Amino acid sequence: VSEAEGSRRERTLLVLDCRGRRCPLPVVELARHIGSVEPGGTLAVAAEDPAARLDVPAWCRMRGHDYLGESAAEDGVPVYSVRRRA
Amino acid sequence: VAREVYLDAASAAPLHPVAREALLAALADGWADPARPHGPGRRARLLLDTARATVAEVLGARPDEVVFCASGTQAAQLAVLGGLAARRRTGARLVHSAVEHSAVLHAAERHAAAGGEAVGVPVDRAGRVDLDAFAAEVARPGTALASLMTANHEVGTGQPVDQAAHLCAQHGVPLHTDAAQSAGRAELPAGWSLLTASAHKWGGPPGVGVLAVRTGVRWAPPLPAADRERGVPGFPDVPAIVAAAASLRAVVAETAEHARLSALVDRIRSTVAATVPDVEVVGDPVDRLPHLVTFSCLYVDGEALLRELDRRGFAVSSGSACTADTLTPSHVLAAMGVLTHGNVRVSLHRDTTGADVDRFLAVLPGVVSELREAAGVAGR
Repeated sequence: VSEAEGSRRERTLLVLDCRGRRCPLPVVELARHIGSVEPGGTLAVAAEDPAARLDVPAWCRMRGHDYLGESAAEDGVPVYSVRRRA
Repeated sequence: VAREVYLDAASAAPLHPVAREALLAALADGWADPARPHGPGRRARLLLDTARATVAEVLGARPDEVVFCASGTQAAQLAVLGGLAARRRTGARLVHSAVEHSAVLHAAERHAAAGGEAVGVPVDRAGRVDLDAFAAEVARPGTALASLMTANHEVGTGQPVDQAAHLCAQHGVPLHTDAAQSAGRAELPAGWSLLTASAHKWGGPPGVGVLAVRTGVRWAPPLPAADRERGVPGFPDVPAIVAAAASLRAVVAETAEHARLSALVDRIRSTVAATVPDVEVVGDPVDRLPHLVTFSCLYVDGEALLRELDRRGFAVSSGSACTADTLTPSHVLAAMGVLTHGNVRVSLHRDTTGADVDRFLAVLPGVVSELREAAGVAGR
């Protein structure tokens, strides 16, 4: 884990757990919880579904949030981070 | 019960009336072995030769450049594997766009598994191949074949095949174009070395694929030797081929029909974008196939959307992973970087009326909002 990634994780207040959930659940969960972080704050979702790798960035683009990238949880499941813009 | 509205012509178009008529006539006359010199054989041969000449003329080819096979998928696989096999001494590189039909991609996988190299060239957000990157890959030494579809089967975007063919010719690399969705519906490019198509996409019967190989282009049958159709296996289905040719000639003449469908697609594109919140209408709005349009609805499960539309009498298809046998979403949508879930492809045909489209457009927003409400994301 790089330093940048480590500090990004610290700032991530909430990691939604979508392990075992199929598309479009990871994006649905992001939408349901983005309101609970302040503008400028970050939110992440852990999901194995390969569609999430495409759909989380697409959701950010459509809803005007920033996609911050992908890291891995301790169990190896991909974690996708977003920053709430407004 | 409302009339069932079939909006999945890109999967299989309903049989064109000209095809039906030709098929019935040819069943009576074209059943014999066209390779035999007896009377019934000669009659079958005449039908087959006439059909070949018709298809060749529409594709901009010579009759002896056209062979028939079992399907569009088989035609594409034969084109790719046969094109590579014939140029083995030049090299083993296959260059293709990232959004080719799975027939081409599976042939590429086979080629790579056998020790060859397959290079997928990226596309932009509209699904159009990066022509500079394509040219650079084609120019690399050892490139045996390039493959670029005429227009995409999932999102409709046209590809710059004429320009790609020109670039390929500069390097002496043959270009295969998969015209499965374009043949009979759109202007075909000219500079190809190999072209493939599929009759049931234009209103012909299923089970007829077309492979055209330009004279002088090296191509070797990738399957064990066979006596007919330049080494393509199987007894030709002459009645089906006759029906395929007759309907191809009929549909290319129906230019007003192409314009009508294209205007309906414009109506779908603008209405869906205006009436369904959080929707992404994908593919090029202008340089596209006349009869198909694809959009993705945020937060909606594609399988549920198809099921709800089917329950209301609308048959459409989807590139979302939840509707496929695999976990992986459509490689086309993935390569474009657009939303992959909640995806719907609507494809029109000659029986599609403006009223059908309007009914679909009237029903869709309610279905999407119900599904979003059920998921707990209404208005987010």
